[in-house]
Amino acid sequence: MQRLPIHSIGAAARGSLLGIEHLDPRDILALLKLARRMNAAKPRPLLRGKRIILLFYEPSTRTRTSFEIAAKSLGAITTLVQSSGSSIEKGESLLDTAYTLRAVGADAIVVRHPSAGAPHLMARHLDIPVINAGDGMHEHPSQALLDALTILKHKKSFKGLQVTIVGDIYHSRVARSSILLLAKFGAKVTLCGPPEFAPDLTTTLAPGLRLTRHLDEAVRGADVIMLLRVQKERLAGQKIHLHEYIERYQMTPARLKLARRDALLMHPGPIIRGLELTSEVADCTQSVIVDEVRNGVPMRMAILARALGKAK
Amino acid sequence: MSKATARAENKSLLIKGGHVIDPAAKINSPMDVLLRDGRVAEIALPGKIRGGADEKFDARGLIVAPGFIDLHVHLREPGQSYKETTASGTAAAAAGGFTSVCSMPNTAPVVDTPELIAWQRSPERGAVVNVFPIAAATRASKGTTLTDFAALQRAGAIAVTDDGRPILEDDTMRMCLRLGAELNFPVVQHAEDTRITEGCCMHLGATSFRLGLRAASGTAEAAIVDRDVSLALQIPGARLHVAHLSSADSLKAVRRGKRARARVTCEITPHHFTLLDEDVGEYNPNCKMNPPLRSATDREAILVAIADGTADAIATDHAPHADHEKQVEFERAAFGITGLETALALAITQLHGKHKIPLTRIVELFTAGPARVFDLHGRGSLVRGGPADVTIFDPKKRWTFEAAKSRSLSHNTPFDGWQFTGKVVATVVSGKVVYRAD
Repeated sequence: MQRLPIHSIGAAARGSLLGIEHLDPRDILALLKLARRMNAAKPRPLLRGKRIILLFYEPSTRTRTSFEIAAKSLGAITTLVQSSGSSIEKGESLLDTAYTLRAVGADAIVVRHPSAGAPHLMARHLDIPVINAGDGMHEHPSQALLDALTILKHKKSFKGLQVTIVGDIYHSRVARSSILLLAKFGAKVTLCGPPEFAPDLTTTLAPGLRLTRHLDEAVRGADVIMLLRVQKERLAGQKIHLHEYIERYQMTPARLKLARRDALLMHPGPIIRGLELTSEVADCTQSVIVDEVRNGVPMRMAILARALGKAK
Repeated sequence: MSKATARAENKSLLIKGGHVIDPAAKINSPMDVLLRDGRVAEIALPGKIRGGADEKFDARGLIVAPGFIDLHVHLREPGQSYKETTASGTAAAAAGGFTSVCSMPNTAPVVDTPELIAWQRSPERGAVVNVFPIAAATRASKGTTLTDFAALQRAGAIAVTDDGRPILEDDTMRMCLRLGAELNFPVVQHAEDTRITEGCCMHLGATSFRLGLRAASGTAEAAIVDRDVSLALQIPGARLHVAHLSSADSLKAVRRGKRARARVTCEITPHHFTLLDEDVGEYNPNCKMNPPLRSATDREAILVAIADGTADAIATDHAPHADHEKQVEFERAAFGITGLETALALAITQLHGKHKIPLTRIVELFTAGPARVFDLHGRGSLVRGGPADVTIFDPKKRWTFEAAKSRSLSHNTPFDGWQFTGKVVATVVSGKVVYRAD
């Protein structure tokens, strides 16, 4: 039986960024290269007159502001639409909202949504680029890209790089996107966390993933350590208690010493001091947590420029 | 049964030159079939039927089978006629070769009274095939108070179920099986431990993790099947039918029951023997159903059960939904797909073509098998004097399914554009041709 690709209901418009998974490595490298030439302090009017809508169904500080500053630095007009105070509150469907935003003249939509796949649904039905700013537990591609940009400011390449990701991998869209990106470029990725947060299933995401329950083992010899935020509410009802989690998985100065001396300490934010990491670790010289936020702006400038065909 | 098709006039139809497969009657050979006055008048070797007929059907090169029975169809009436009506759903059934369908009670309101059963069976509904309603097992299918099984049975319900939801509480299920045993009334279980599956929208595996979707494994189904089989074994005369069985472990429980001679039966859907969880792809809402598409291991076990006789029937779980209920965030999309018009084609293409399951077994799963599950006497076999329900199909015909041309009001199918082998040529209900392929 000839089987049609039942997955491809409609193609996303050129320039869309729905996830890292289906992104070509060359595309990723081109985006990173473009981001290195972007500087918010030196605005370039590449997107003058373009309308970019930021559609946020979930709260966000860094992603939203950095997309907004990125768009404005390129000369675009931005409009923020949030679920409260819009027709979404009145029960308008995601697609109807998308059609409405298209009709008012959006040239691209940046969307943050609590449901996995929401950007894909929009992209299948729209002829303008859709940029995923985080969808449920699925992906957060711009975060993975800005983390890649941050890593490459300190490390020559991803090939053979030992990267350890610690924490609630199962519920994390950042983890999924980062794992997919790093695996595409041959990094050696180790996942670490309790079974509730790092079930065996997590290693199916990409080839060559390693999983361990022991933080010391995971950190030893690492070039990059990525911590994930622990949502206290997720610990509720789990077998692991907060104090136990802290004891076994909190990043402390002593544990950080097990990594390479030039290891980078990363965290997508928001960080919870005293939970997944101590204050000393958050503020230590190896910590690039603030750099990540800073790099978010040029990275998102590159994403938006690419989306609207101005990737120069 | 709906009386819509009982006006078979005093007409006769001779189906000539076909190859009859009737597993219940152990027929698998060239035969002519004469239908008269809505009944099977004669089955005989080719050319042996004397006398004329008002109409002749040239069935050369075709399989002539007892009318197909679908144990699991959502006709959506009363209350959800924007998804489907009895008229549109039974037209789709006829196009899929089904002469009888069993309708599920999870409508709006839930079919939990004899009046609603009568309403469903009324000729005004415009059914073109036989409709055997299944009534709710508990009031409004809320899982607490049992409905009046005896009254529902008298009104024409053929079984009870809370389909769409499980009969979850041990005590409630025990009472259902007990009362069912007294009345010789089957209890159909939608086996799902909803305490585990809350918020889940697919099978737990690499695909659900990749897509970031909440998911549950087949254990959520198997635990309930296992519990139900144990209950059925404790209650003499209890009849348990497992709807849309999808997991390997559920089959273990069914086999345990069958070995111990409990009256436990199960049905398998075409989508579960065809697709896998990975077919959800990039959030295809037409691959979202409940129970969900499962792992390769589960599908393998299902194929074994189809071949070895553990499975009693192929049932579609035809679940039409409007576009606006499917083209939404995957988590929010309605569960279910249409299936009446693709069931036979999937069975022939997948089970026969790919997995070498004999056509006779496939016909059995559409006829004698389901007829036994609900004791639909006279159906599922071409017995002389029995209802003249016949399905005629071409097992070799290649065709492409186009959802847009479906007779169903809804088009939520993952099989749009699929190329199939095996097509229904004509469907005869009570001696009357209700569907004929162009």
